[in-house]
Amino acid sequence: MVIYGVALLAGCMLVGLWAGDVLGILLGVDSNVGGVGIAMLMLIFLGGYLMDKNKMPASTEDGIKFWNGMYIPIVVAMAASQDVAAAFDGGMIALLAALLAVIVSFALIPFLNRLGRANPAEKKVSETKGIVPVPSQGAKKSLTASSPSHVSARARHAR
Amino acid sequence: MIESLVTQLEKQHLIAAFALVGGAMYISYLVSDKLTKGRVHGSAIAIMVGLALAYFGGIYTGGSKGLADISLFAGLGLMGGGMLRDLAIIATAYGVRFQEIREAGISGIIALFLGVIVSFVAGVAVAYAFGYRDPASLTTIGAGTVTYIVGPIAGASIGAPSDIIALSIAAGLFKSILVMILTPVAARHIGLDNPRSAMIFGGLMGTTSGVAAGLAATDPKLVPYGAMTATFYTGLGALLAPSVLYIAVRAVF
Repeated sequence: MVIYGVALLAGCMLVGLWAGDVLGILLGVDSNVGGVGIAMLMLIFLGGYLMDKNKMPASTEDGIKFWNGMYIPIVVAMAASQDVAAAFDGGMIALLAALLAVIVSFALIPFLNRLGRANPAEKKVSETKGIVPVPSQGAKKSLTASSPSHVSARARHAR
Repeated sequence: MIESLVTQLEKQHLIAAFALVGGAMYISYLVSDKLTKGRVHGSAIAIMVGLALAYFGGIYTGGSKGLADISLFAGLGLMGGGMLRDLAIIATAYGVRFQEIREAGISGIIALFLGVIVSFVAGVAVAYAFGYRDPASLTTIGAGTVTYIVGPIAGASIGAPSDIIALSIAAGLFKSILVMILTPVAARHIGLDNPRSAMIFGGLMGTTSGVAAGLAATDPKLVPYGAMTATFYTGLGALLAPSVLYIAVRAVF
């Protein structure tokens, strides 16, 4: 039944948010600490467990899939009910923050790509490059410039 | 007659919101398809439309809840409120298999963590440079730079004001659009031409719509690989931003 899926989803959300609140109290921060993330983990594990046990018929799944499909429309409604007029002056912050994040992330790809199949010595280099926030061209240049000790020190920092 | 229609819309506000958002999404996907040839994903245009509507709503009413301040559209506040939002975002986790992330290997996992942290730090750094100093605002803008859904989740749980949350959505939206547009341009330079690098790409960028649209414009065969790791990103962000990252920001500022 569809409601079983919705109820499973609702149960995960309630327990996750409650756990987030408890975590916030324990940590002494006045906020919900990762409640949504905890709920997502619960749904992944519970859902996966039930799927393996063949306890998730299509109708039950539909109850979850419906809300999955409502994700973007709900984000649109959320966007439409925010104080955008007050935030409008800060538009530059949003654009710059996004641009910086995208450029740095793009620059990291070649190095992570090398990581995991390179030998250990090269591995350190690629990891180090991973945290230098410069576009790919600059990163390439500094690849040859950094000294080995410098490299391992920063590689540790990266973890 | 018109009056009774308005009364009905006000009474059935949540249902009216469903119809309104559905219409907005239809137009957005049409625009995405016809005007941008699918390069900018319909969902990004729809969120942009949402933000634009909120802007005009805010100007018109002088309130702080965007279009939801107009009684005709009050349902938007409920539909886009924390309760349904959290339910929908949690639902996206269903069907995710941890075995999949193992296929991406250690670099995929590093890409995920690094991706969340790099975007977060970029957002916090820019917000700091623009004069924000309180940890809640810094964290919310940083979280928004992670994705437009992590921003509001973090903002709501640590008590950030609505204009900061709006800013965080805008940051995530810009990131998503930038990924869509810049990926085909940058693909060759960053070695984005095989499933492995696509998985790393998805983990680093995280914005599912941005990754899917960007990879589709680069090489459609890579889309499922990128989308696979990207699905973990928002969950990881929702887990880290209001917890470890917020506490770290509080410790620093």
